[in-house]
Amino acid sequence: MGKQLNVALIGNPNTGKTSVFNQLTGLNQKVGNYPGVTVEKKEGKCKLSNGQFAHIVDLPGTYSLNATSPDEKIVADLLLQKRNESYPDVAVIVADVENLKRNLLLLTQIKDLNIPTILAINMADTMKRKGISVDLQQMEEKLHARVVLLSARSGKGMAELKGLIQDYDKLSSESCVQFTDIDPVYFEAQKKKFHGENLYKRWLNTVLENGSLKQEDEDQITSVQFENKSETEIKRLQQKETILRYLFINQLLKDSYKRDPALAEDFRSRVDKILTHRIFGYVIFFLIMLLVFQSIYNWSSYPMDLIDQLFTQMAEWVDNTLPEGALTSLISEGIIPGIGGIVIFVPQIAFLFLFISLLEESGYMSRVVFLMDKIMRRFGLNGKSVVPLISGTACAIPAIMATRSIDDWKERLITILITPFITCSARLPVYLIIIALVIPENSFLGMNLQGLTLMGLYILGFLTAVFSGYILNKMLKLKSRLFFISEMPAYKLPLLKNIVYTVIEKTKSFVVGAGKIILAISVVLWFLASNGPGEEFRNAKNIVQKNEQNQQLTEEDMANAIASYKLRHSYIGIIGHTIEPVIRPLGYDWKIGIALISSLAAREVFVGTLATVYSVGSEEEETIKNRMMKETDAVTGKKIFNFATGISLLLYYAFAMQCISTLAVVKRETNSWKWPVIQLVFMTGFAYVVSMVAYQLLK
Amino acid sequence: MKETIVQLKRGEKGIIKEFSTEAIPLKFQEVGCLPGNEVRLIQFSPFKDLVYLTVNDSHFAIRTETAALIEISRIK
Repeated sequence: MGKQLNVALIGNPNTGKTSVFNQLTGLNQKVGNYPGVTVEKKEGKCKLSNGQFAHIVDLPGTYSLNATSPDEKIVADLLLQKRNESYPDVAVIVADVENLKRNLLLLTQIKDLNIPTILAINMADTMKRKGISVDLQQMEEKLHARVVLLSARSGKGMAELKGLIQDYDKLSSESCVQFTDIDPVYFEAQKKKFHGENLYKRWLNTVLENGSLKQEDEDQITSVQFENKSETEIKRLQQKETILRYLFINQLLKDSYKRDPALAEDFRSRVDKILTHRIFGYVIFFLIMLLVFQSIYNWSSYPMDLIDQLFTQMAEWVDNTLPEGALTSLISEGIIPGIGGIVIFVPQIAFLFLFISLLEESGYMSRVVFLMDKIMRRFGLNGKSVVPLISGTACAIPAIMATRSIDDWKERLITILITPFITCSARLPVYLIIIALVIPENSFLGMNLQGLTLMGLYILGFLTAVFSGYILNKMLKLKSRLFFISEMPAYKLPLLKNIVYTVIEKTKSFVVGAGKIILAISVVLWFLASNGPGEEFRNAKNIVQKNEQNQQLTEEDMANAIASYKLRHSYIGIIGHTIEPVIRPLGYDWKIGIALISSLAAREVFVGTLATVYSVGSEEEETIKNRMMKETDAVTGKKIFNFATGISLLLYYAFAMQCISTLAVVKRETNSWKWPVIQLVFMTGFAYVVSMVAYQLLK
Repeated sequence: MKETIVQLKRGEKGIIKEFSTEAIPLKFQEVGCLPGNEVRLIQFSPFKDLVYLTVNDSHFAIRTETAALIEISRIK
């Protein structure tokens, strides 16, 4: 096997780069992260006609190599590091046929790095309708690059592209623009000094160092040689460079690209008129959101119930079939409920990503940004914060990762900090079970009281998020760059293949990522609950029997008494008792305490833990709700899940930062421990105070 | 009087004049906000904080305060 053939897909955002990637690789792809940053790294394999496999990397969308965001820096970094194992043998520039001008800017830069390049003009199927014609031959001559017309939608042109990739050694790596013309004297001196080196590469290093993003190049090019250039001078040269490139592009397109302007704009402007209308725009957005929430919470309840039943039955089956013993109880009380607790969220997550990718693919999301920017800015946010806030209703982790599209650091940071207040789907099971326990099933003004409470909690989460944004905006002394640009892409019919891949990939990463933690915790919990130190745990049966001798207990009551005695003296019981004094003022007993600690890993673990804690305490398979209903406080003799404790718990889960995975993501995205620690202390502290006040008032 | 993009009405066009490199981020220039290019205002956002425009065959929304820094000469 020879050296692997590396292909980099590069292009502006919204050019259908991902569709081309999906066409090339099919399901032969994997999504990871670039080391150190949470920029998604998509790579895959593509089989060429000679049987060779090409390694395809889908790079983040960028307008230019002059990077200003972490996403864009990935592209510049890779292309500057010749020794990187993914350094492309060939670059495929994916361009939108309607936006060739802007797309070609990037192409001329990459050509200057002397990388063999193919220009793939995508969405060629719309050319006729839009009145566009392209002279390929002339374009190829002037660009010193092969050009292929593609339609990733229908697959047209893909075979030709693969053929060009296969014969990559025949491609030209000559540059097409004389960029050194922006300062001939200076670059002539450079050329003499660094004989044989690529001058554009040197220049790019300089401008990246000049910008806010520091460049760490393995080739150790320092800016020493450029000391004589001031920052303003570099900026001026960059402008000159951009103009120079566009001069070349305009000249090229004048001869080889024809477009009938009358045919192009009609559809877009008509749709825009409605979707960004000052009244209808908001109404439509509201209706779409309604549909999204309807799907997340109503439609997904059917598959969720099914999953729930399936796992309960599975646990029962294991319990009845396998021989009794530690292993059986680990499977039926630890592992199966643990996995069930994750799988149950799959329908919701899948629906959410289905809608988000539909809205993004169609181009609608950009219109939402346009509509919402002003409202969001009032709270220190950005129009682009809308997507993270919506995603936050499913899970804060993908939501925080989605903040990367926000250029302004202050607005991005505020979005990251407030997103965990949004009611995520992990809170839902906690809310549902507690509401069912403490809120009566009555109706109020014709509306179901339980439903109203749930809605109230959602509104509470949203208002807290927005209000915190407002305060943070006043408090944070960060310089805002006031740098906002949002592309308004053409409307497109979403591609089924792209949607399906996104849904599968995102759901999978949630199940695997969060799943590992939740499953591990379930097993640890089961272990801590079924083992204990000392005589009291091991001799529980004898001790209880002795103590209860005089009371005429039935066999069943006796078994329960023994089990609960055991639980009290297990490791987990001891931990719960240790923290009980701290949580007493909130109305919680030690069993809830155990659930609070274990649900630090992820909120939904709360229900699972209670399930484990209570099922360890009794033999028969009852529903968790019935068991919780029966629980009484050992101290007061009253029901544990009474109204005051219930409300206190609901408020605690609404505000507290009960999610280690989220903290880890915040640490990664902000690159410091400062922000996650502030989040943890502030949110959980606030939750503690509010819950305590609520409990003491309602008690 | 100096005219900027913000003074345009819906659907009106102008040619971008020279501007100081300090005020306009390079990114805007790279997508086509360059001296000599034609810009058309499509519409303002509902509260007028963003302006939706097309330049260089591209469609963008930028903040109104930035657009107010870009001088143009109106095309009738």
